[in-house]
Amino acid sequence: MHKTYLQEEIIRMSGVNPSKCMRCGKCSASCPAYDEMEYHPHQFVNMVESGDIEPLLKSESLYKCLSCFACIERCPRGVEPAKLVEAVRLTAIRKQGANHMTANDVPALLDDEMPQQAIVSAFRKYSK
Amino acid sequence: MQRVGVFVCWCGSNIAGTVDVQAVSEALKNEPGVVFSTNYQYMCSQAGQNMIIDAVKEHNLTGIVVCSCSPRMHEATFRKTAAAAGLNPYMVEIANIREQCSWVHKDMMTGTEKAIILGKAAVAKVNLNTPLTPGESPVTKRALVIGGGIAGIQTALDIADAGFEVDIVEKKPTIGGKMAQLDKTFPTLDCAACILTPKMVDVAQNEKIRIFSYSEVTDVKGFVGNFDVTIKKNARFVKEDICTGCGACVEKCPMKKVPNEFNLGMDNRSAIYIPFAQAVPKVATIDPNACNMLKNGKCGLCAKVCAAGAIDYTQKDEYIEEKYGAIVVATGFNPISMEKFDEFAYNQSKDVITSLEFERLTNAAGPTAGKLLRPSDHEHPHTIVFVQCVGSRCDSCAEKGKEYCSKICCMYTAKHAMLTRDKYPDTEVYVFYIDVRTPGKNFDEFYRRAVEEYGVKYVKGMVGKVTPEGKKLKVQASDLIANKQLHIDADLVVLAAAIEPDQTARPLATMLTASMDTNDFFTEAHPKLRPVESPTAGVFLSGACQGPKDIPETVSQAGAAASKVIGLLAKDKLTGNPCVASSNELMCNGCSSCERVCPYGAITYVDKEFRMPDRTTKVRRVASVNPAVCQGCGCCTVACPSGAMDLRGFANNQIMAEVDAICK
Amino acid sequence: MQVNEFKPLIVAFCCNWCSYAGADLAGNNRLNYPADVKIIRVPCSCRVNPMFILRAFQRGADGVILCGCHPGDCHYTSGNYYTRRRMAALFSMLDFLGIEKERTRVEWVSAAEGAKFAATMNDFVEKVTALGPNKRLEDLRCKR
Repeated sequence: MHKTYLQEEIIRMSGVNPSKCMRCGKCSASCPAYDEMEYHPHQFVNMVESGDIEPLLKSESLYKCLSCFACIERCPRGVEPAKLVEAVRLTAIRKQGANHMTANDVPALLDDEMPQQAIVSAFRKYSK
Repeated sequence: MQRVGVFVCWCGSNIAGTVDVQAVSEALKNEPGVVFSTNYQYMCSQAGQNMIIDAVKEHNLTGIVVCSCSPRMHEATFRKTAAAAGLNPYMVEIANIREQCSWVHKDMMTGTEKAIILGKAAVAKVNLNTPLTPGESPVTKRALVIGGGIAGIQTALDIADAGFEVDIVEKKPTIGGKMAQLDKTFPTLDCAACILTPKMVDVAQNEKIRIFSYSEVTDVKGFVGNFDVTIKKNARFVKEDICTGCGACVEKCPMKKVPNEFNLGMDNRSAIYIPFAQAVPKVATIDPNACNMLKNGKCGLCAKVCAAGAIDYTQKDEYIEEKYGAIVVATGFNPISMEKFDEFAYNQSKDVITSLEFERLTNAAGPTAGKLLRPSDHEHPHTIVFVQCVGSRCDSCAEKGKEYCSKICCMYTAKHAMLTRDKYPDTEVYVFYIDVRTPGKNFDEFYRRAVEEYGVKYVKGMVGKVTPEGKKLKVQASDLIANKQLHIDADLVVLAAAIEPDQTARPLATMLTASMDTNDFFTEAHPKLRPVESPTAGVFLSGACQGPKDIPETVSQAGAAASKVIGLLAKDKLTGNPCVASSNELMCNGCSSCERVCPYGAITYVDKEFRMPDRTTKVRRVASVNPAVCQGCGCCTVACPSGAMDLRGFANNQIMAEVDAICK
Repeated sequence: MQVNEFKPLIVAFCCNWCSYAGADLAGNNRLNYPADVKIIRVPCSCRVNPMFILRAFQRGADGVILCGCHPGDCHYTSGNYYTRRRMAALFSMLDFLGIEKERTRVEWVSAAEGAKFAATMNDFVEKVTALGPNKRLEDLRCKR
């Protein structure tokens, strides 16, 4: 099957081969943000594989992913769904053309309870 | 100088259509060594063959070149013809002027030209041919079966049935293997013990079969028909021939806290033990790591209670050397370790168990006498979650799991789920699956029954995480059909662990020079046509050591392996392939290059005395090829730096002569 | 003098179990390839000593091709792996000597791949023809 440009771009950015997926659903079983998501990790992989990327670009799911990488850790086939989510997210952000957050905004938002990982993940999500 | 006869075949018009056969036989007449050359319509016909026989006699031919079809077609025919004419059959060479000339070239001139060159190459080769005789070796009419599970048992019984002696070597104190630990067997649900133990008794009572239990193979030498095997009988500190298996010692032994490996550590046994009631041989064994008497000389109770006087604390490991004609590998499998799969909390909770442990939990002879109780608090579980493909079909987690499908898990999980629902209708049973693979007779029907009649909940999805919380196990899983994430409070989680070959298989393969794949399964000689033979002659494969297998498959493969062994042992002498490697001892410098590349272990090094010009003798290490083991690939000839190694029938000078003839 | 079209001299070493049978199959299916290819049968591709190839070039061969079973399918389990390594070493040396890479090749042809055998030979002959005669290693003293 011929791949669309967008699809190839996402596969290239993420370094993930979605056709390795054997549809076991362990990513969705591991996902702590599952109920928040419109498209679940296993659907995400499947949609990238079949080139159905436009709905993903518009989806809230992109920002609900916690980047906890549980799906990467547990996937038996080494597909790494979180990397796909990140690649699609970057594509969406690049399309929008502007950052939602800059480094200067961060100190004001800091919270003692907030884990370091969350700050890193916020940067991953909201800046180019 | 050879006296070569050339016979050009027309093959009707197949060759004569695009090759001028007359011109070919004329042209080859002038080649060195050729004293006779002719052509005929069908060289392979009786008349054609008679023509060759007559020519050999009339012209005193010492070599024959037949320009005809592929040697894969009629080389054997013309070798027989040569033999009938009193020539050595290996003095025949074929020039393939049909498949590789007349059939692929349309033009008469180029076809004829090429046919002449191919004929010249064959003549050049046959000029250097030497008569070859296939080696013969005797056959020791006894077989060794390594592994005493159902595969080994069936193979041994079948070989013994044909009247040959068989020895079984089993590393555990009893034969029976994994099947002895099972409860029921799919898809008919007969009890494993009921069908296995009679076979074990048959083995014990068969006069042709000897069992070396608690023993292992430590060394294998020799080759097909003539293996020399060293078997180590581990000291069991009980005289096997005297012990009656009454069990008085087991009862009296004060050391009762040893994890029972037969029940996978779910209960305890004593330091002196009989693995299970139907063990064969039914003889006690003392565990030297647990016994007080053996560790610090205090106790000796078992010796006191043994009426037969079978206990012997001074027993030593014993090495036995035996000769065999054939070896069957039946080393079987083990479930892989679940320790590395943190997400399933196998290490954190006793109530996360493997399927083999579940098997013992439901077995009437198991730690709970067949009642399904949680290992942690011995309560009846109400919600049970089965997880399939744990460690199977893993691509990324090579250090954790296996890339292959373990084949048997779908069926035993269906069996466990069905039996649980049957015995305890108040339990809820979930099975999380990726695919349900049930290709077998009555297999899919069995799985459907579990779903339709017994109400097992099959969920397409996978368990992502198991968290022990209080008495419960919180299971987080996905249901891909409903597109939901499920959260189940389970009482028991059963993991269908992938299976892997026994860890003794790898060292054994090295001893046998039998090849293995990357997963440590033994490789078969041909995946389709020779599935029970190893590429190493005389070594056969039975059961799960070759790949994951269920019981029916194992038994049929065991029978197949036995029939191959019988076929081998029925021969009085083995005739080898004469086209084998041989080393020129005067040129060999003993570097071991050839030994390292030989896939069959056919090359060994011997110290040989050589007479020097000054009449002294000198001992040198030189390569020696065992013609019965060598298959004639010729790999060693290229590896040899001194040019000492050569291959009969495809010698260096013969191939060089062919090259020269073609390039003239 | 007659102007002759250049006809290369190609020596093909084929293992008995896969490639030689593949060549036979090409014949059975009447798949044409140039008559310049002359096949020498060897039990296994690992039987081919690099010396044979050098000898062929020395005697004026224009190209040498070596065919064996596919990796993993060797009749002798591991022979073609040795072939692959040995030929990688030899070919890089030939390259150093000035023998063009295209004059040598290792190709895996199974007994079922008659069409691949013919296609391979057509392609190989075409490449070698384009290179012209091999002069670099030819030893004229061998030519009588």
